[in-house]
Amino acid sequence: MAEFHSLNSADARPAENKGGAEQAPPSFKAARGRVGRTRGRIGEILFKILLTGGGFVVLVIVAGILLSLIVNSVPSLAAFGPAFLAGTTWNPSGGEFGALPFIVGTILTAFLALFFSLPFSLSLSVLLGEYFRKGPFAALIRTMMELLAGIPSVIYGLAGTFFIVPLIQALEMGIGFVPYGVGIISASIVLAVMIIPYSASLGKEVLELVPEELKEGAYSLGATRTEVVTRIMVPYSFSGIIAGITLALGRALGETIAVTMLIGNMNAIPENLFAPGQTIASLIANEFNEAGADLHRASLLELGLILFVITALITILGKYVIRKMSVGGSS
Amino acid sequence: MEDTILKTMQDVILKTEDLSVWYGETRAVKDVNVSFAKHKISSIMGPSGCGKTTLLRCLNRIHELNQAVKITGRITLNDENLLDIDPILVRRKVGMVFQRPNPFPTMNIYDNVMAGYKLNGFRLKRSRADEIVERSLAGAGLWKEVRDSLFKRGTFLSGGQQQRLCIARTLALEPEVLLLDEPTSALDPHAMTKIEELLVELKKTVTIIIVTHNLGQAGRISDYTSFMYLGELLETGPTESVFTNPKHEETEKYLTGRIG
Repeated sequence: MAEFHSLNSADARPAENKGGAEQAPPSFKAARGRVGRTRGRIGEILFKILLTGGGFVVLVIVAGILLSLIVNSVPSLAAFGPAFLAGTTWNPSGGEFGALPFIVGTILTAFLALFFSLPFSLSLSVLLGEYFRKGPFAALIRTMMELLAGIPSVIYGLAGTFFIVPLIQALEMGIGFVPYGVGIISASIVLAVMIIPYSASLGKEVLELVPEELKEGAYSLGATRTEVVTRIMVPYSFSGIIAGITLALGRALGETIAVTMLIGNMNAIPENLFAPGQTIASLIANEFNEAGADLHRASLLELGLILFVITALITILGKYVIRKMSVGGSS
Repeated sequence: MEDTILKTMQDVILKTEDLSVWYGETRAVKDVNVSFAKHKISSIMGPSGCGKTTLLRCLNRIHELNQAVKITGRITLNDENLLDIDPILVRRKVGMVFQRPNPFPTMNIYDNVMAGYKLNGFRLKRSRADEIVERSLAGAGLWKEVRDSLFKRGTFLSGGQQQRLCIARTLALEPEVLLLDEPTSALDPHAMTKIEELLVELKKTVTIIIVTHNLGQAGRISDYTSFMYLGELLETGPTESVFTNPKHEETEKYLTGRIG
């Protein structure tokens, strides 16, 4: 900064001299220049402080959340240790807490939702990123997708209750399962719909970025459009597609209210995909307000910590894959 | 005039008849009648926006990818109307190299050369594929430079090498005609010279049509030269006579740098 400063003032002097030598309007220009420069310098510093401040706030918030989760889950951490992760009993009145059913429920619903949503989000990406990039049809689909992303999750929960649950119930009766209706599968289906816009819109963006010259190169070798999409465009934008999937997965892991309404809220490891279950988020939503005992609260908070870590791990893993797969990368 | 040229051309491989190209209401190419001789280098020159690239892009029907483009007239390849052949087949017989080198960044060098087969889902025996890769890279003068890094991505190659890789990938399909759209305009002079030498070598086996902005290049390598101006093909002839004795005022102006 100091160096920058001195450079600037050194600049200013010759400029003044020059102004005099050329007999330009006496020093107006130089004076204006100086004012502008001083003001510019202060503005520069303020702007930098503002930007750095923004970055700092993010850091503080993340650290704060992590810290409060850790501090508040100390009783549970102390009481159960690592065994908490493997414990399968959740009995608040008996003071016995284990996290496994909820970890399983969370990961199961999220990945199942991802599995259900992928065919749709990928085809939407290709549709909007290649086949219909402009025109009324593209605009319509895009608007609908944005609408889908904007629907509050409680509405998804309601819609799921009235449309998906009866369907699943009928299916369960048909194939001889207990007709709960609610359960892992219902929650996953609704979750799948909720996350489609996230991966689809990112997928569309990255497919649009595939250079025209690469596509033409492939066409000039006699490739069909399908071949260009599957063998040139998708590989080229693979890292971006993965980024979209990571985003969607993060969303699915943490989604609370819609899942709470549809998963059946049973505190046990689900026996099959049709059985009711519980995710970390839905458990916290269900029990936190009524959690009286310290240990109960602490266990819920430790689960929150676990969810935080799972989400962070997935984000980091996604970033790693993106870097590995990125076309610009070394190899 | 056209007749005299045809007489001097031993063998016509590709020919356009009253070819016009429309972008919506704008006509970019106007009633072009031109013949390209087999196993010769023909260059198409003209100022920016004269329609030379547009004309070239009709010859392998890659222009049809743009739905706003409308084409009228006929193009014949060995007396067969190109517009009646499946465009996929046309593009394998009439290869194209673009202005900016565009090897596929997701593929290694080997796969880039084989891209024409892989994209189309052809499965070849490994020995046959190896043979094609070696022949094509050798044909593009690149074999010696890359034979030890065939399974690395082509991104470390220089611009000139990348362009020769693109030529190799086109040669792999054994095309009858090779179209080049200002293939050296993004390259340094040394790389340009190498490609020019390569093209002169290649014309023994493949017919070459090159669009160029570079008068020197057209003069150095082409047997026939066509001059386009404002969408019209003003003249075609043996390069020497077009350069020394242009029939049109515009051609002369272009050659002397007064338009361009």
